Amino acid sequence: MNLYSAGKVAFRSLRANKMRSILTMLGMIIGVAAVIIMVAIGEGANQRISAQIASVGSNLLLVLPGSTTSGGLRSGFGGAPTLTMSDARAIGKELSTVRAASPTMRSSGPVVYGNQNWSTILQGAVPEFLEMREWKVVSGRNFTAQETEAASKVCLLGQTVSDYLFGTEDPVGKIVRIKRSPFTVIGILDRKGQSPQGQDQDDVVVLPITSMQKKLSGSAHVGAVGVIMVQAVDGDRVKEAEQQVIELLRQRHRIGQGGTDDFSVRNLSEMLALAESATRIMSLLLGGIASVSLLVGGIGIMNIMLVSVTERTREIGIRMAVGARERDILSQFLIEAVILAITGGAVGIVFGAGGAILTSQLAGWTTVISPSAVFLAFGFSAAVGVFFGYYPARKASRMDPIEALRYE
Amino acid sequence: MTVGVAAIEVTGLVKTYRLGDVLVEALKGVDLSITAGEFLAVMGPSGSGKSTLMNILGCLDRPTSGKYRLDGEEVGGLSRDGRAILRRSRLGFVFQGFNLLPRLSARENVELPMIYDGTSASDRRERAHSALSSVGLADRAHHLPSQLSGGEQQRVAIARAIVNTPAMILADEPTGNLDSVTSEEIMGIFQRLNDERGITMVLVTHEPGIALFAKRVIRFLDGRMVEDRPVVNRHRPPAPRETAG
Repeated sequence: MNLYSAGKVAFRSLRANKMRSILTMLGMIIGVAAVIIMVAIGEGANQRISAQIASVGSNLLLVLPGSTTSGGLRSGFGGAPTLTMSDARAIGKELSTVRAASPTMRSSGPVVYGNQNWSTILQGAVPEFLEMREWKVVSGRNFTAQETEAASKVCLLGQTVSDYLFGTEDPVGKIVRIKRSPFTVIGILDRKGQSPQGQDQDDVVVLPITSMQKKLSGSAHVGAVGVIMVQAVDGDRVKEAEQQVIELLRQRHRIGQGGTDDFSVRNLSEMLALAESATRIMSLLLGGIASVSLLVGGIGIMNIMLVSVTERTREIGIRMAVGARERDILSQFLIEAVILAITGGAVGIVFGAGGAILTSQLAGWTTVISPSAVFLAFGFSAAVGVFFGYYPARKASRMDPIEALRYE
Repeated sequence: MTVGVAAIEVTGLVKTYRLGDVLVEALKGVDLSITAGEFLAVMGPSGSGKSTLMNILGCLDRPTSGKYRLDGEEVGGLSRDGRAILRRSRLGFVFQGFNLLPRLSARENVELPMIYDGTSASDRRERAHSALSSVGLADRAHHLPSQLSGGEQQRVAIARAIVNTPAMILADEPTGNLDSVTSEEIMGIFQRLNDERGITMVLVTHEPGIALFAKRVIRFLDGRMVEDRPVVNRHRPPAPRETAG
């Protein structure tokens, strides 16, 4: 018997028991849909984390200025301006495992253009900063080392700031006022989206740190910087770089054995890697739970196929009497089981995709329906059909034709 | 249409069953030879072993011991699949309960044996049609078994039995569920297939009147053949209702 006529025979007998076939398929539909939705949610979470990792930049360390004790009160990290421009320079130049280091400063304030104003984050940095953050300039240019040296009044706008102040106008070359000082806009930064903490990373103005120190902050500590951002030469050397930075700063700040560090180093990639593996475990777990329902669907198929084989004992006997071989009967019932499974699987994929889209719209979660997950679900449902259909089909093919013919 | 002829040679045929703890000897050493083109009626009370003999002759079952040669070929020891191929290529079956598949039309039921030997769909259709015509049911091809009378259903079953041009047809109480007029019609078809196509007929019946349509009658009792005689005064049915072609 060829596959085509076998398929036709299988379809007919499934159609003859419509309700039963649909209910059996429902098991597969729910199973496959659950797998598709869960994998889509897990995949979406993964992608969001990966995008965040990429937006922060890779192999980064943050050196935070440390606490000082003033009048018996210890301030937290970042509370005292213990890091300097020269610290940043030393880290960037002297350490073998460090590719680049950028001193940074953050403050906030209004930016004014014409009759528009927008209060935003002011990020002081050096030219390397953008490269370290893997942040592109989409129009105009980055500021130069000379401009940093000269504390030039130039700035780059984040997309959000550009949108609010300029709308459709091209900001490059225009003059904005930052805390009343005029700055020339020399470039627009690429869109970066949300940070892992949910902040809008595009709501920012980046300017040379020197300009910020001299023109904008009335700080008494000229030369002090906020966070020093450090990039290791590669992913494997981040830990090593962290050690070297700590040693160097201890040396420079004259902190002896057992002394309290006046700075602290955070390993960003490590934190994100942790978040990533947590998401991965979560999506594996979700997929695993959903697979259980696929298994239950498969058992449903086996159950109904066993009933069907018993019910059709006489038919099997007739087919055998007119010359069906074992493999003809086996393939007939196997094909029936596989059709049940893959039809259920296909419908489940459609429902699963719909469910994933609905989830992302109702709950606002990112969901990603990857083609590989769809193929896998389809292939898996066919495999479930073969696996759970084999035993009933074999039972049918092994019947004694005489007894089968006598069956009432 | 080429028609093979079956010559059956059975010697020392024994079949034992295990029923629970007891061994039942259904056939206790049967010797039988059937020449090609013969029309044999097998008679006997229930439990006499005639159905067992039919199952073995029809290659649905294998003997416990003894030899079964079909056209000189030893077939008693064939595997399940070997017997299946033999059944569909050289044997036809007609049962008391018709044994048609209820969800298939008459034509599809007739096509069934050809589905398993890889005949193309167009060939199947054509041969099924001609088989149905030869039993006078060309106009009922698309009816389901439930839409046909008992006699018509049995004729569909005969069409199914002859569609693969078998050498032998085995009919197990083919008239058991039919009234006497219809029974005679069915027997007439068998006689015609036997006469015109030379198909060897083996018929199990317990009705003496039906056995008279055969050319030779054997009788079984307790697993042994107790009588073997030719039919004198062979019965011929009245003219058939339809001219079969």
